[in-house]
Amino acid sequence: MAYSEKVLEHYENPRNVGSFDKEEHGVGTGMVGAPACGDVMKLQIKVGKDGVIEDARFKTYGCGSAIASSSLVTEWVKGKTLDEAMAIKNTQIAEELALPPVKIHCSILAEDAIKAAIADYKSKSGVKGQEEETAEATVCAPRPTTA
Amino acid sequence: MNLPIYLDYAATTPVDPRVAEKMIPYLTEHFGNPASRSHAFGWAAEEAVENARREVAALFNCDAKEIVWTSGATESINLALKGVAHFYQGKGKHLITVRTEHKATLDTMRELERQGFEVTYLDVDGEGMIDLEALKAALRPDTILVSIMYVNNEIGVIQDIPTIGEWCRERGIVFHVDGVQAVGKLPIDLAELKIDLMSISSHKIYGPKGIGALFVRRKPRIRLEAQMHGGGHERGMRSGTLPTHQIVGIGEAFRLARLEMATEVPRLTRLRDRLLKGLREIEEVYINGTLERRVCNSLNMSFNFVEGESLMMAVRDIAVSSGSACTSASLEPSYVLRALGRSDELAHSSIRFSVGRFTTEEEIDYTVTLVKQKVHKLRELSPLWEMYCDKVDFNQVRWAAH
Repeated sequence: MAYSEKVLEHYENPRNVGSFDKEEHGVGTGMVGAPACGDVMKLQIKVGKDGVIEDARFKTYGCGSAIASSSLVTEWVKGKTLDEAMAIKNTQIAEELALPPVKIHCSILAEDAIKAAIADYKSKSGVKGQEEETAEATVCAPRPTTA
Repeated sequence: MNLPIYLDYAATTPVDPRVAEKMIPYLTEHFGNPASRSHAFGWAAEEAVENARREVAALFNCDAKEIVWTSGATESINLALKGVAHFYQGKGKHLITVRTEHKATLDTMRELERQGFEVTYLDVDGEGMIDLEALKAALRPDTILVSIMYVNNEIGVIQDIPTIGEWCRERGIVFHVDGVQAVGKLPIDLAELKIDLMSISSHKIYGPKGIGALFVRRKPRIRLEAQMHGGGHERGMRSGTLPTHQIVGIGEAFRLARLEMATEVPRLTRLRDRLLKGLREIEEVYINGTLERRVCNSLNMSFNFVEGESLMMAVRDIAVSSGSACTSASLEPSYVLRALGRSDELAHSSIRFSVGRFTTEEEIDYTVTLVKQKVHKLRELSPLWEMYCDKVDFNQVRWAAH
């Protein structure tokens, strides 16, 4: 399959690879996906006192598009408030990276990773967050894209 | 050394230049229809076709009259399975195959199920081998056909075809073998083996694409119902004007395979083993399929905690296949590796390397270095590798679905 220039660029030079200490104050960790489905993304955010995301890190097991999607969102969330970061949609990620239809699930996963990291940060810092959806069984079907 | 390096000979092979050279005059000069009986153009084409038939038969020690030309192995398999099922359905409607067969067999079996046949799909063990006792137990009085591949296309394991052939013959059950990956790599003596039908392809052994054959045994005589109707070519079993240049190509490819097998098989084995030795030095790698009974040119390995497609992307300088189906919409990994009981993670992390006639030692060494380097890089990116290094018990992790 042919990859877009942007996917290749992120894949060759992934931004913000690594990990923060999960227990560190201000760090939120989101891990989404499942090894059985061929994608696992771990996204971490470091939130400052002003509620702005100061820094982000990721590690991804998955195809080139999954790696590129998570690399891209680490760049995008930096400098954003939590609400602004929550507003990032998979369609924006897919568009930026020119993902083909079969790779849309990679962008969905990246959006989910942001939401999971923010939810983790909120629950740790005592902010009441939204109810997290948890699926019971591992079903490797991409869920429909949000419009 | 030229990049990219081709290590996907199990998918297809280049046409050997010696083969291409033989084919060309049959496109331009000797263009006659082999079925034209009334002039020299037809006679020349017919002679070339029959000569090629003898070359194919010579590789398997069978009679040239037992070779039926088809468009390739998929058609051969369709003709064999449907042709036998339709002809012998008065005798019984039970068919047997294996879960790790090629899609050409599995999908044809599915179609026969829709037509009212009953199919038993045998399991394989963790090494990819059929349990022979389970196969024996599955043979019934109404079983009319057993279809098994000699060499598996994904993992390269060799099934015990001689034994299965004996059992089928004793019971009067037709035995079809998908021989595609075995041609030119294993000695196949059809005078000895109790194989009734064998599907073969040209493009896996340095011949052109679009041509294959079905061996149809004459003693004891195996009957088929034709699936392609028309001018009654190929003794009524497969109508359609014969593509003379393609047939000349398969004939020459099989002639070269016969002449060069004795030196080529040990050379391919050495190259494959060199690759295996190098890649085994990487931590957390798993070989898919037994090493004990394996074709000389292929190796299928899983690189744990690295996703196959991203690894293929990282090693773009080498052309290989992945058991990861990340490119398909289903997100399901290889059904062959799953049949071996491999976890989905390991199935997603698998790569098939297959060496061939034009592979060099230098290419193998380059491949080993590149794969080692890229697996290391991708593991640095992998949250699963991090968890493994932190000794996290993966069975205790509850993964969110997506």
